[in-house]
Formats: sequence, C-alpha cells, structure tokens
Amino acid sequence: MKTVVVTIDRFDQENQRGSYQQDFTIEIPNGLTVLDCLNKIKWEQDHTLTYRMSCRSAICGSCAFRINGKSKLGCKTQADDVITNGKLRIGPIGNTDIIKDLVVDLEPFWYKLKKVKPWLFANKPKDTTKEFYQSSEGYHKIEDASTCILCACCISECNSLKVDKNYVGPAALAKAQRFIDDSRDKNFVQRTREISEPTKVWDCTHCGECSERCPTDAKPLSRIEEIRERVVNAGVHNNGGARHLLSFFKSVGSSGTLDERKIPIESVGIGNLHANLGEIMPVGLKMLSHGKAPSMIHHNVDKVGEVRKIFKKLNKL
Amino acid sequence: MKYALYTGCVAKGAGKELYTATFLVAEKLGIELVEMTDAACCGAGVIHEGNPFLADVVNARTFASAEEQGLDIMTICGTCQGVLVKTLKKLTSDDAYKKKVNAELAEIKKEFKGTVKVKGLTEIILQDYGLDKLKEKVVNPLKGVKSAPFYGCYTLRPSENSYLENPDNPDELEKLIKALGAEPVDYPERLACCGFPILMMNKKNSLTMGGNAINGAKNAGADCLVTPCPLCFLSFDSYQFEMEKYTSGNFGLPVLHTPQLIGLALGIDSKHMRMNTHITTVESLLEKTTS
Repeated sequence: MKTVVVTIDRFDQENQRGSYQQDFTIEIPNGLTVLDCLNKIKWEQDHTLTYRMSCRSAICGSCAFRINGKSKLGCKTQADDVITNGKLRIGPIGNTDIIKDLVVDLEPFWYKLKKVKPWLFANKPKDTTKEFYQSSEGYHKIEDASTCILCACCISECNSLKVDKNYVGPAALAKAQRFIDDSRDKNFVQRTREISEPTKVWDCTHCGECSERCPTDAKPLSRIEEIRERVVNAGVHNNGGARHLLSFFKSVGSSGTLDERKIPIESVGIGNLHANLGEIMPVGLKMLSHGKAPSMIHHNVDKVGEVRKIFKKLNKL
Repeated sequence: MKYALYTGCVAKGAGKELYTATFLVAEKLGIELVEMTDAACCGAGVIHEGNPFLADVVNARTFASAEEQGLDIMTICGTCQGVLVKTLKKLTSDDAYKKKVNAELAEIKKEFKGTVKVKGLTEIILQDYGLDKLKEKVVNPLKGVKSAPFYGCYTLRPSENSYLENPDNPDELEKLIKALGAEPVDYPERLACCGFPILMMNKKNSLTMGGNAINGAKNAGADCLVTPCPLCFLSFDSYQFEMEKYTSGNFGLPVLHTPQLIGLALGIDSKHMRMNTHITTVESLLEKTTS
C-alpha cells in the first residue's frame, strides 16, 4: 500500500463554488488505475465528486481526464505510471466547457462529428439480405480510423481548437478519413470538397498533440495527413492549404530547396494576390528593411539533377 | 567531433543569422561541420502530405549522401530534425520499404545503407558534447537574463521520435539555459505550437497561437524567447509586430535561435551573429548581456 495525494480540479456552479482544487489522501495497493483512484475517493470520501465512467476497459471512451496536465483515459492509465513523488493531479479535459467537476460538455464535439457526415452513402442499392463487404485491402485503409472510441482525448490538447472554437477538430477529421477512404462510399468527390473548406482539414497546425493523446490506433494526425494527400491528388486546389502544398512541390522539385520569394505569393494564389496584398506585404517590407529579403536569384542545391529526376518519376501533382 | 551539417531551407534564406551563428558557435566549441550543399529540403511534412513515398526517397537521398561522407547528420532546425528522424525510423524498421526506396535511389546511383544518425545541434551539445564542457567555454555568463525556452512541436512529438527524456515535461532546454548562466522561465505555452504551419492558410489562428506564447513568456518575466526551430523563430520574430492585431497583451520580446543564445555566452559579438537583422529588436536583451 502507498499513500497518494490526489489533487482534483473541481467545478461546481450549482453551489456557487466555481472552480477550485481539492486534495484527497488515499491509500492504494499496486495495480490500480487512475479511474480506480477516483472511484475510491468517490465511494469512501466524497460522493459529490462527479465524472463519467462506464466500461472500465478502454472501449466506451467515457473516462477521458487530464492526468498530470495531459488527456488520458482513466481506466487505461495505471496510477503507478503517473504518480510522481506521491502526488497525482486529475482535471477535466481541455478545449471544452465544464459542466461539473470532471464532466465536460461534449455537445460541440458531437455537433462537429456530424458535420463530416460520418455515415456511408452506399454506392450500390441497399440489399438488406446481404452484408455489404469491404475487401481486406480496402479495410486496411480505414482500419485505424475505425478504432476511434470517441473519447475526446484528442481535442483536449489540440492547439488549433484552443484558438478557434469553430475548428472541427481531430476526432471529426479522423472520422472523415474513415469515409473518404471507404471504397463503398459514393460521395468521395463531395467529401473531398467539403473537407477542404475553412475550419476543416487545412486548419490543423500539425502540432501532433491529438495523436500523442489518442489511446487507440486512430491517431488523428496521421488521418489528417491522409485526407490532405487524397484532396490534393483529387484536384481540390481552391484553397490556401492545397496551394501552399503545390508551391512546395514546385519549388523543391525544381531547385531542391524552398523558394521563399514564391511560397507566400503562390499560397495566397496569383488570382487572389490583389485582395490579399495587405496580408503578406507588411512582413515583406519588414524583411526588406532588415536585410532579410530573399536573394533575387534562387539558388539550386548541388546535384539538383538527382532531385529533379526523383520528382519527374514520382510526382503526380 | 565532425558532422555533416544539414542546414535546412530557412537557415539559407530568411534565417541566415542561424546559419552564421551555427558556424561561429561550432568553431568556438571545436565541432567541425561539413555543409551538405547537395541536400534537398526535408519537405517540412508538407511534401509528405502530398506524396509520402516521394518525400521519403528525397530524404533517403540526403541520408545516402551523409553515409558516403562517413558522417552523421547535424540538423539546426527542429522541423527538419523531426521530419528526418521520422523518415529514418520508417526506413530502418521496414526492410521491404527500404528496398523499395533504394530501387529509386539506384536510378541516381545512390544507396541508403541505414548507418547514418540524425541529431540536432542542441541534442549534440547536451548529449555528446556535454554541458560541463560547454560551461568551461562560457566567457560571458548570461547572469540575470531570463530566457523562455520554446521547444517546438517537431522536437516534442511524436514522443517516440524525440531525444527528450520526458517530452511531456522536458527540461533539456532549461538545463542548457542554466549552463549558459541564464535563468529559464516557466510559462504555460512552452510546449505549445507557434502556429507557423498554418500561417499561409489561417493567419488569424496562426498569429493568435504565436501571440499567446509571446504573452505567456513575457508575463512570466522573460527577457527573451529561445527556440531550436527556425520556423518557430520566424513566427515569433518576423510576425510579432502583427500579433497585436489578434491577441492583446505584452509584446516586444526578443527572440533568439538556440545557437545565438549559446554564442552570446561564448562571447561572440551579437552583430557577428546577425542579431541586428532580427525584425523584433534585441536591444533590451543586449543591454542585459553586455552589462
């Protein structure tokens, strides 16, 4: 048995207590999960402590908490792995509104999930007498995303969501990949267009927090990368993200290195340049006045022919 | 100590001060650098998103070049480091994939053997050079300078590719800052994203992220922010004057590449490290380091 001080970030609007921290001292044997610790506190010390839980087997996705500052499933996290110097801190997941204690409002999470239409638009007439098979090869493309248990661990530390509540977030995007890459779905073209709209796939800042916190193989960042590959190869280029990517290809494919003179202009889009001049001009002028303007002549890397040869053969964009 | 230096694009372009500071610091420390003038852009994760196989072949070519020289690679960009290590792991953990990539390299008469290592400058100083040895070289301890470490996403995540002992709560940059005589400051955004990857797509979100970090560091009393990633540097230094449009708070925080902070402690003139070309002035910091 060991003694642990568990600090819980609590919230109680009903009794006008607002946000507060509370320490609970518990004696625990080896082998307990963080959820077991919470249960011990609730059952033995304070029955008003409020949190969600259900399966205790990392299947239902109910018990996502911030454990020592990072989101994890309470039932999948061994207390011994996270207790430091006899202390443990548990709080509600981030990027959400708190309802009570560790229970957060997941309505926006479900709303955003629905925005990506997470259901199959079958590409053949419905036959309720037979199963609608997916091939092994086809399943491989959607297998990882299918493991998502909708626990919301991924949204908790998402950097884009922190600054923009309208961003659909990693869970919705992982689910979008599951249907974009399903060969039984007939809406591929429409899906690639819709997912390229603002607040969706190109607003991910690639911080990697979602995949780091994901307790399954769903790993949203990898799914986001797959969506980007699909949409640019499907020709959906009418947005800054795709234009930026194409500019990279053009620049590296021809010189081996990034052409800083062109990347901002090509990302904005030549046709949109006039309207967006105010966006790129201020920093451009500052760079000029500080002697940081890109060289007039863009230099190639040595042996650039090798890079060009690789691009010529493999680049499909 | 001798490395093949992979400069990355920024250090040869908008961040030339990083290139200059790296060579000056390496010289002081006795680290020999051979610049990989034939190395292509790592793709910054962007080429990978359009065509992962193509990106891996281009980076395998870089590895093969270093192997031909018999040198390990030193990176000076957190993003390059993250992308290259990810590719290296993929190639060395899957023989069939390595063969597929090598079949493409054969067409340019190259072969990736899998012997090369890729390490960042900060990692090399911390792990191979050693902080004790670094301390011996410090001639201008940065006493009283409060420095906010900003790690950058690619240095931290995915954690399995990071050199940091505990990427969820690292202290490596803090140790480096202390070794230089300065004082590391803790602030909420030290492990956050600088916002640079979406700067061209969503300036508002990007500069809000950056602004939050600058505010966080400034409110914690920082005299400067230091980062091992030149993309984070670009966001914080070049765009700091525009961040005020998106976030309210304190601005005017000098931003340094890690080798520049090291260079100041080693007695290298700030102008030699081109700190006078920074968009956000470093004067307030220099007053402290030279007093």
